[in-house]
Amino acid sequence: MSYSELIKNFERVRDYMREFYLCGFKSREEYDKKSARSYDDERRRIESWLGDYMGFRRTREGKNVFLSIDSRFSHHNPLYRAWKTKSFTDGDITLYFLIFDIFNCSEAVYSLSEIIEYLDRHIADFYIGKTFDPSTVRKKLKEYAKEGLICTVKQGKTLFYRRAETAKFSSASALNFFSEVAPCGVIGSFLLDQWDMGEECFAFKHHYITQALDFDILCSIFEAMGKRRVVMLSIAGRHTKKIAEQRAVPLRIFISVQNGRQYLLGYSPEQKRILSFRIDRILMVQERENFPKFDYLREELDRVQKNMWGVSTQRIAANPVNLANYADNKEKAKGEEGFFSDKKQKDMDYLERVEFTIDYCRGEEYIHHRLVREKRCGQVERISAHRSRFVAMVYDSSELIPWIRTFICRIVSFHFSNRALEERFLTDLQAMYRIYGIPEKMVEEK
Amino acid sequence: MIFNELYGAYYNAVTKILRAAMEHPITEQQIRNIVREQAFSESILSIEPALLSRCWPLLRPDRTAALKQIPDRPITILEKRWLKAILLDPRMRLFECEISGLEEVEPLFLPEDIRVFDQYADGDPYQDESYIKHFRLVLDAVKKHIPLAIDVKNRDGVRTHMKVMPEYLEYSEKDDKFRLVTSGCHYGRVINLAKILEVKLLKLEEKIAEWEAKKESGKSENLYAAEQKNQSLVFELFDERDALERALLHFAHFEKEAERLDKRHYRIKLKYNKEDEAELVIRVLSFGPFLRVVEPEIFVELLRKKLMQQYVLDQNSDYFAENQ
Repeated sequence: MSYSELIKNFERVRDYMREFYLCGFKSREEYDKKSARSYDDERRRIESWLGDYMGFRRTREGKNVFLSIDSRFSHHNPLYRAWKTKSFTDGDITLYFLIFDIFNCSEAVYSLSEIIEYLDRHIADFYIGKTFDPSTVRKKLKEYAKEGLICTVKQGKTLFYRRAETAKFSSASALNFFSEVAPCGVIGSFLLDQWDMGEECFAFKHHYITQALDFDILCSIFEAMGKRRVVMLSIAGRHTKKIAEQRAVPLRIFISVQNGRQYLLGYSPEQKRILSFRIDRILMVQERENFPKFDYLREELDRVQKNMWGVSTQRIAANPVNLANYADNKEKAKGEEGFFSDKKQKDMDYLERVEFTIDYCRGEEYIHHRLVREKRCGQVERISAHRSRFVAMVYDSSELIPWIRTFICRIVSFHFSNRALEERFLTDLQAMYRIYGIPEKMVEEK
Repeated sequence: MIFNELYGAYYNAVTKILRAAMEHPITEQQIRNIVREQAFSESILSIEPALLSRCWPLLRPDRTAALKQIPDRPITILEKRWLKAILLDPRMRLFECEISGLEEVEPLFLPEDIRVFDQYADGDPYQDESYIKHFRLVLDAVKKHIPLAIDVKNRDGVRTHMKVMPEYLEYSEKDDKFRLVTSGCHYGRVINLAKILEVKLLKLEEKIAEWEAKKESGKSENLYAAEQKNQSLVFELFDERDALERALLHFAHFEKEAERLDKRHYRIKLKYNKEDEAELVIRVLSFGPFLRVVEPEIFVELLRKKLMQQYVLDQNSDYFAENQ
């Protein structure tokens, strides 16, 4: 098949784009997913869509391709362009413009034969003797009805079609803003294109644009979550090419604004546990049966997330949520202590304690405020004018370590109930001293 | 779902071409300009021949649109559901918006379907009437490029008055704050919206005066941005405990280049704004011993200073002494 800059399947470019944008140090030979020809085609396509951001570097291993984007200086996410590259046939695009030329207002109602008559009249002006295949037109109308562009009305045995009502949304600024910050924001970008509302009023700091590559998956999860349905997830292996399948009840999407990762927190009916799944590893989402006890699980997640610093569910999963123990009657299931009261008690055994104390000088009160605004759970206590303490009970204390390190130069004490982790924190600190030549440099300076 | 040709760049480009060709014949140059603006670098090789050869029978031989109506489609159910979802966002109150046609629509997601778990807790007060008023006025000034007279509370809590030319609003998802980026003010060019006490549009004469001043100073917005961004940070990374993936994601929003030195060592160079240096120092620290900054020396010194202070605390602390 000859090369085209449009593609049929988004999954084909999703990985390449992520690799080019996030890594950019791999050579052509390392992209061994498909053939070298496939790599060349995908690279050429991405260059066609995002050429302004593409760079090349020669290394011993060969030529490396990378995407370099400072998202702070882009008013619109450049990766959205990839979502606007779906291929189509000549018939698709012709029918699209002609069908909406017929349905110019929502009052116009036509049967299939009337639509075909119009289309054939149109095509006759271009090609003598050419006509449209009724089944193709019917299929296209059905497709548009599914997308909500066309409504159908049955009168007797005949199906009539009319244009669906559109919606009005007058704020271009709101669209420009939410198309960048809301989940599935690319849909806002489609609307900006459609309504010609693009503006350059907003810029975005700490803006993780790679999330965009997973919006189709995210959208499918939201659909299933809304319907309270189980999903079958196809998940790419972390270091292997193996694809695993996992059933889950999608409960909530956890989003990080400090690294851009998105996670699905879902309940596995087979393992009877709440698990987290990285959305960038999910390849496919298929809806399965309804899950009537969804609300119980949501409440359970509400409860456990009060002791979650990030998304780690390993220790939560250690204490299974056995829904079979709970009746369908909500009040009965609730018990005196609320839902899963027995589980709640047991969960305490799985929590870890983290505590650290920091010092700061006069005029550095903002350090205390940093603790208050940056903590995700736990308590901050002001011990004295220049000393504050943070204490939390969490499921996974290792998730706090990067944050605690940001207070290096002020930490006067720290205690982890997980002693191995405490030991690791200290060892890492010693390693950092060595890397930057401490204390030798201090002696030199003296 | 999302990946659908209905939303594609080609459909958008052809819509624009046909709209332009409704009244008058369209020239090849006009077609090329629209395609360049709406689609991709190689799209012209497909769209122009398909239209002119009538493979897509949408342009007449005289290059007028072969349509009765200006091309337009209603929005899809997915687009409606997404709009309905953003209406539930508390930040939506910042915008004045007329909405109709979404009454019967189910939102694509609800606020309780999402948890942003690492956002700072002191975000802007989106429900505060005076904040909303300031936001709307500032946004209007950004769009119309009208200078503003702003009173803010500075770091020391003192009320400061300034006249600025608004450039754009910058939003940080991590801080959950809006900042106004301005030009033409010697007090600084970035103003936290939540710190504004009072804001007024300046009159037209003052607008012209500001413009003149700006022109004389010869510093355009892009120049400023370029000046700010010329700081480079180079660090080497040892890939243990997934440090590589974590670092690449964490620093993904910077313009950067990554290079592999050997199987587990990488060198990463990123460009940053000088004003963000203090923040970047603590972000680098958060990676512990797996990330070593090699350039610039001034940055290395900032890190070293913090570590030295910590080292001194360690030496003087009973706790650290016991555990070493």
